[in-house]
Amino acid sequence: MRRVLLAAIALLPLAAPAWEQPVSGYAYLPEQMQAMQDDEFENPGMYTVEDGGTLFRAPGYNGNSCAGCHGDNGSGLDRKGIARYPVYSTRHGGPLTLHQRINDCREQHLDEFPLTYDEPELIKLETFVRHLARGEPVNVDVSGPLKPWYDSGKALYHTRIGQLDMSCHHCHDRYVDLKLRDQVLNQGHSNAFPAHRLLTGGVSSLHGKFRDCYATLRALPYEVGSEEFIALEVYLHARGNGLPIETPGIRR
Amino acid sequence: MKYLFSLPLFCCLLAPLAAQEAYLPWRAENFAIAAPLGGLQGDAARGRAIVASRERGNCISCHLLPIPEHPMHGTLAPPLFGVGARLSAGELRLRVVDEKLINPETIMPAFYRDPARYHRPHPDHATTILTAQEVEDVVAYLVTLR
Ligand code: HEC
Repeated sequence: MRRVLLAAIALLPLAAPAWEQPVSGYAYLPEQMQAMQDDEFENPGMYTVEDGGTLFRAPGYNGNSCAGCHGDNGSGLDRKGIARYPVYSTRHGGPLTLHQRINDCREQHLDEFPLTYDEPELIKLETFVRHLARGEPVNVDVSGPLKPWYDSGKALYHTRIGQLDMSCHHCHDRYVDLKLRDQVLNQGHSNAFPAHRLLTGGVSSLHGKFRDCYATLRALPYEVGSEEFIALEVYLHARGNGLPIETPGIRR
Repeated sequence: MKYLFSLPLFCCLLAPLAAQEAYLPWRAENFAIAAPLGGLQGDAARGRAIVASRERGNCISCHLLPIPEHPMHGTLAPPLFGVGARLSAGELRLRVVDEKLINPETIMPAFYRDPARYHRPHPDHATTILTAQEVEDVVAYLVTLR
């Protein structure tokens, strides 16, 4: 028994994706859903973008607004900069997700109390900001100080969890293109998030989606904004480097 | 090669499981579990229902099986047509109980593994996936696939 277990652990770091090029989950959508995602008027996620835009322009506690610095429609924000998140932050001594960056900005420049991770207001703002970089290739640099978080996110990705005792790696690396029930398994990338999910009829954050996956495997999820999920986010974005940002994507 | 696995009976110590049936020990030898779990007798008709049920076995989410009234069979695992002719009841039992003892890297869930060995199980699901009786029902069904 020990021997079998040890062999399993020893094999883990070797387990590489079965795919060479990242392919967006978009390619796995039926045409009708692709069309819905592409059409700004049909895409239900655009309501969240609009809500985020309203918050972006709304004055905070000290009268400043995000728009005050970054322009009414966010035109002052750099698309390429958005695509680089999560970045390493010296102030935090670790990764800073776009979500946290927005929260920090509200606190520092609007004198607002920080919101808790994934509060609806923050998801709306993140959806608005990430949408500004739609089409921009994800470009997360994990060659430098983010490397340890990339590595621990990768380890988590390969860890079996829950009663079903599977890992993310099983479905999204090893069995891509095959069918689990009626669903063709995709590579599980993060470039569509926050994404509108047909299952819930609302926009889901990336960490919300992680919690869903944990529930599917009958595992106890980590909290949104936890160290574990932030590391997983670093790994996932870097794993999908080069894929165009699709926020708000449409997913099941 | 000979493997001997005997697993202790300490699940009953876990409070939330007290109401559940106790986890029964089993022994694998030569890639098979010869003895039915708890000496229970399986029922193939019940086994067929468990195999198709989304909540219980959900085997059809991965395997193609001769259960045509369920249209949504997965394709990621080998079809199980004729598996009862290829493998003995004991070999089938080990594969249902814990396929990881055959292939440590497999995606196939272990349907009767010691729940104390799960990593971060959801508290609502800190038991074996199937009961010992359900495992025997599934094995009885698989044996009929010839
Ligand atoms: C998540 C996918 C998945 C689920 C669910 C699943 N299996 Fe499997 N099963 C596999 C894979 C993949 C294999 C191939 C061998 C391996 O990977 O170890 C396999 C192998 C088998 C084998 C050995 C087949 C052979 O020809 O040697 C049997 C028997 C089997 N499964 C029965 C079942 C039964 C019964 C259930 C439901 C109680 C089930 N499986 C649920 C993925 C799955």
